[in-house]
Amino acid sequence: MKNLAELAAIRDKMKNQINNREVEKDGDIVIKVGMATCGIAAGARPVMTAFLEEISKRGLKHVKITQTGCVGMCRLEPMADIFVNGEKVTYIKLTPEKVAKIVAEHIVNGNICTEYVIGKEN
Amino acid sequence: MYRSHILVCGGTGCTSGHSKKIFEAFVEGITKEGLDSEVKVVMTGCFGLCALGPIVIVYPEGAFYSQVKVEDVKEIVAEHIVKGRIVKRLLYKETVHEDGEIKALNDTQFYKKQKRIVLRNCGVINPENIEEYIAYDGYQALGKVLTEMSREAVIDEIKKSGLRGRGGGGFPTGLKWDFTKKAAGDKKYVCCNADEGDPGAFMDRSVLEGDPHAIIEAMAIAAYAIGSDQGYVYIRAEYPIAVKRLEIAIKQAKEYGLLGNDIFGTGFNFDIEIRLGAGAFVCGEETALMTSIEGNRGEPRPRPPFPAIKGLFGKPTLLNNVETYANIAQIILKGADWFASIGTEKSKGTKVFALGGKITNTGLVEIPMGTTLREIIYEIGGGIPNGKKFKAAQTGGPSGGCIPASLIDTKIDYDNLIAIGSMMGSGGLIVMDEDNCMVDIAKFFLEFTVDESCGKCTPCRIGNKRLYELLCKVTDGKATMEDLDKMEELCHYIKENSLCGLGQTAPNPVLSTMRYFRDEYEAHVKEKRCPAGVCKKLIQYKIDADKCKGCTLCARNCPVGAISGTVKNAHVIDQTKCIKCGVCYEKCKFNAVVKG
Repeated sequence: MKNLAELAAIRDKMKNQINNREVEKDGDIVIKVGMATCGIAAGARPVMTAFLEEISKRGLKHVKITQTGCVGMCRLEPMADIFVNGEKVTYIKLTPEKVAKIVAEHIVNGNICTEYVIGKEN
Repeated sequence: MYRSHILVCGGTGCTSGHSKKIFEAFVEGITKEGLDSEVKVVMTGCFGLCALGPIVIVYPEGAFYSQVKVEDVKEIVAEHIVKGRIVKRLLYKETVHEDGEIKALNDTQFYKKQKRIVLRNCGVINPENIEEYIAYDGYQALGKVLTEMSREAVIDEIKKSGLRGRGGGGFPTGLKWDFTKKAAGDKKYVCCNADEGDPGAFMDRSVLEGDPHAIIEAMAIAAYAIGSDQGYVYIRAEYPIAVKRLEIAIKQAKEYGLLGNDIFGTGFNFDIEIRLGAGAFVCGEETALMTSIEGNRGEPRPRPPFPAIKGLFGKPTLLNNVETYANIAQIILKGADWFASIGTEKSKGTKVFALGGKITNTGLVEIPMGTTLREIIYEIGGGIPNGKKFKAAQTGGPSGGCIPASLIDTKIDYDNLIAIGSMMGSGGLIVMDEDNCMVDIAKFFLEFTVDESCGKCTPCRIGNKRLYELLCKVTDGKATMEDLDKMEELCHYIKENSLCGLGQTAPNPVLSTMRYFRDEYEAHVKEKRCPAGVCKKLIQYKIDADKCKGCTLCARNCPVGAISGTVKNAHVIDQTKCIKCGVCYEKCKFNAVVKG
């Protein structure tokens, strides 16, 4: 390492990795992916991975990703709750592609992807 | 990015509770579940709550698992990590509300009043990975100092912060740096005193185990400020984990170009070497420490000249303690004003204490200067176990003194402690309850210093030995009131005439206990009685014939066959055979055995 820029580069790279190593603070966005047996069977694992990748790729440091259990609507899995300023939005029947869109629209730009929200399904 | 981090404590306390096996079990479990790309298992430094180790914290939930066993790992992985259901039975009970909600760790009694500056990274980062240290702004302060600040500005900042030496003496750090910078010399050295020898003190050890890069960075900053290119860390060989992590840290710093030549392309060179101490207490004294680094027998020499003028290899040398260094990078990054806003008028910042003795939460705590002893013991420390009464707290180890219960509201800082006859010392804080005999405590510490005296000067070598013999007379019930006066006189003589800090402070435990617990000394002398029932020569075990049911339990457990009696008849202890081990006293279910 020969200069401060290199040090800063390591710091930024690592910040991403240690991002989830604290409890949530005010202002953090929290994503809870349903990871009970029903969720996993319906494909929650790739959904979780997709969330991790999208958040990581965009370097969003104020987002916490965690998991939750079964909420009783197993037929709608994979599901995820997203909390922004304490307001909860529940997405259903997720796929990695939908996750990419949700991160871009909802997390980054603040526009809820109403088409995937619970109650909007046919 | 990882969705979850499992932090396993790798401090000395938890390691002795097999935390390494717990760590390996987590890695194995996570890999087996195929979660290694989304869950990270990290071995960290000490979390502080050693009494409840081994400790595991899982983020982002912040679940604080205590007294974890290897067998529990499977359940935590299956329930918490895979299914997101926290294993409540393993949580530290303080973190669980009555309604079952989990509260944040920082809201618990133990952590609430703490302020972690020195221990900021302990229990947060993996100390064996330099990049994690960098992630938490590591080496930013060194970068700032080398590229933006003049040497004078660095020293001014440290001076302005009000930081004082955490090794015990409390000398202003900035002033020490200034003296060393101004001293004439072609070569200068920066040393770190990690020869933590006080019985019951383990904060330097925990910093080195949990955040070794903080020391390396601070030493480099100091080297720049005083104009040095070579550093030494003097650390005791009895700290194998700390030595290993420091070695790894130095190696990584060299690989990353943060030690070595032309650091950050500024032309500044600095390198650090480790020197292992063989465990002599006197080597914590600065001149003895440097003599030992030079390869000679660790003996002190008279000061002046002070190390700042003539130190290691006869060159100007800056010597600071581990905890002092651990504050430096934060002062540079956050500013002297921030640091000076914490603490009391003359003692700034925080102090780490190793809590031990008769206290519920044995462990490591960092508190702002000015916190009262009552807050430390009853709020952070969780009070005295088994409903016993607080009697005294010992600070400063063998060089310090006892603080009696009447002074429990004293605000802890350098000057207040000196005023009440104790000292900050390196930060051991041993709590004593009514079952501790203060004469015995003084004897314990003095025995330690007599053992550790290097023997170079007479007051310490012979004076302390005679003082110890007088104390033995007291605990044997053979002393007279004149002996007590003689002891006091001898204490002052040793303090005034010893060569180094070891001898100058060795009588402190005796003086302070004589000052605050004179009645206990007098009970030993006049009444031949040990009020706490500790001094074996002065106690007797007897069986109360009215209470004795003749169950024979005591007789069966007596290791020397001193108890006689038949079933259902009162037993008797033969005083000539009794070795006063106290087994009968503990075993009796009817409180028939009395101590007095």
